[in-house]
Amino acid sequence: MNALRIALPILVLVLVVLAWDLVVRLFGIPPFVLPGPGLVLATLIADGSLLWQSLLTTLAITFEGFALAAFGGIVFAIAFNHWRLVEYSLYPYAVILQVTPVIAVAPLLLIYLPQPLAVLACAWIVAFFPVLANTTLGLNSVDHNLIALFDLYKASRWQVLWNLKLPAALPQMLAGLRIAGGLSLIGAVVAEIAAGSAGAGSGLAYRIAESHYRLNIPRMFAALLLLALAGVAIYLVLSAISYLALRRWHESAFRRER
Amino acid sequence: MSEPGTPIVSLRDVGKTFESGIVALDDFSLDVNAGEFVSLLGPSGCGKSTALRMVAGLSTASIGTVELPEGNIGFVFQDPTLMPWADVAANARLPLKLSGADAAQSNEAVARALARVGLADFAKAYPRELSGGMKMRASIARALVTEPALLLMDEPFAALDEITRFKLNNDLLKLWQELRRTVVFVTHSVFESVYLSQRIVVMTSRPGRVFADIPIDAPYPRDERFRTSAEFAGHCRVVSEALGQAMTEQAA
Repeated sequence: MNALRIALPILVLVLVVLAWDLVVRLFGIPPFVLPGPGLVLATLIADGSLLWQSLLTTLAITFEGFALAAFGGIVFAIAFNHWRLVEYSLYPYAVILQVTPVIAVAPLLLIYLPQPLAVLACAWIVAFFPVLANTTLGLNSVDHNLIALFDLYKASRWQVLWNLKLPAALPQMLAGLRIAGGLSLIGAVVAEIAAGSAGAGSGLAYRIAESHYRLNIPRMFAALLLLALAGVAIYLVLSAISYLALRRWHESAFRRER
Repeated sequence: MSEPGTPIVSLRDVGKTFESGIVALDDFSLDVNAGEFVSLLGPSGCGKSTALRMVAGLSTASIGTVELPEGNIGFVFQDPTLMPWADVAANARLPLKLSGADAAQSNEAVARALARVGLADFAKAYPRELSGGMKMRASIARALVTEPALLLMDEPFAALDEITRFKLNNDLLKLWQELRRTVVFVTHSVFESVYLSQRIVVMTSRPGRVFADIPIDAPYPRDERFRTSAEFAGHCRVVSEALGQAMTEQAA
């Protein structure tokens, strides 16, 4: 069963790449329309150092946006949990921030902020909400009897937060962070794309926009491939952290035995 | 610790009305003496848990006076109510940790409490790795770790199978005889209350009132022989009849 879970997706990948290659060759599609997988790989190697630098730039912004979103989301969730009035006052705006498409906000941010900051802001905006929403849910779903127990032993608010609420909210918090990781990458890419060729950026999304104008389609594909791999890597790292933190106690980390 | 025979808990004409308008307790009075094992027996919803929470200071009376014991109280909930992210030792240590107790003394107290409930070998186990009975033992260890003068138990064994429940009943009685703490035990099982208690307070429901206060004078130690004796059956009959009357009175 485990072997199949690894072997099957790889088989699908091989089949898709083969079909892609076959289509490009059979119909003689020119590289500026659709480059074959071989050419994409060759471009990836040839433009390696350029793309690698861009990847690092994008990852750095993604990471900064993610870290700020994680910090902000958790701090606001704690504040919401402690002071209902703060929650009532601010939660609607957090929702509005979330439901307004970031692609529509990005051009505005680019007017008011220097580009690196605007990109960072976009990464933050999209990643912030899932952390906030999930952590809030986690903090609000603490076992009432455990709260009563802490009351019985006259625990301070700080002790309740640190010893009870935060550990109890950890599974939901980690789920929020897992979503936020991927989203902060999307936010960074969206902002760079919005900045477009006018931007002074050097991230992967900027490379994609630039290659698009130059009709360097193979490089677009190569950059896209790197972005996808970066997204997968972020997800895997966050999943691994989540697993390590929960493996001893949370149901989600256990396989059900039959 | 207080002298045996002096009341350490005293509820006088206590009433409790919830925001929803439900009257959980009305004109409820209860004295518990030091060293006593008292059970509150009644149908579900009769306010016995509310009374127990009041004694713990977790709920406040709408009217009436409540005199609480000084010092530590141990509370065992119907669910084990363990922190799933912490191992058994850390769960048992919680009350000491919250009061900022000395680490070395805490270690000793935790080891002693776990040994008392037979979990010495499971200090490093996580709650989800334990059976229902063992989780309840861990919960009792946590309640005992501060050496409380008063132990409050809210239907602690209701969710367990009969074999486990009997075993835990026996172990609880043994602990009570060794430690001589005061125990207030809430249950809806006639048999469990007769087996364990020196005194059974039968309650009516909606509103919760004391219907009868029945002494069970069978000597301790009580064991499986007592559980199958004619004496036990006789007490059970008396208590069952009282409970039946309490329930018809409330239906009428």
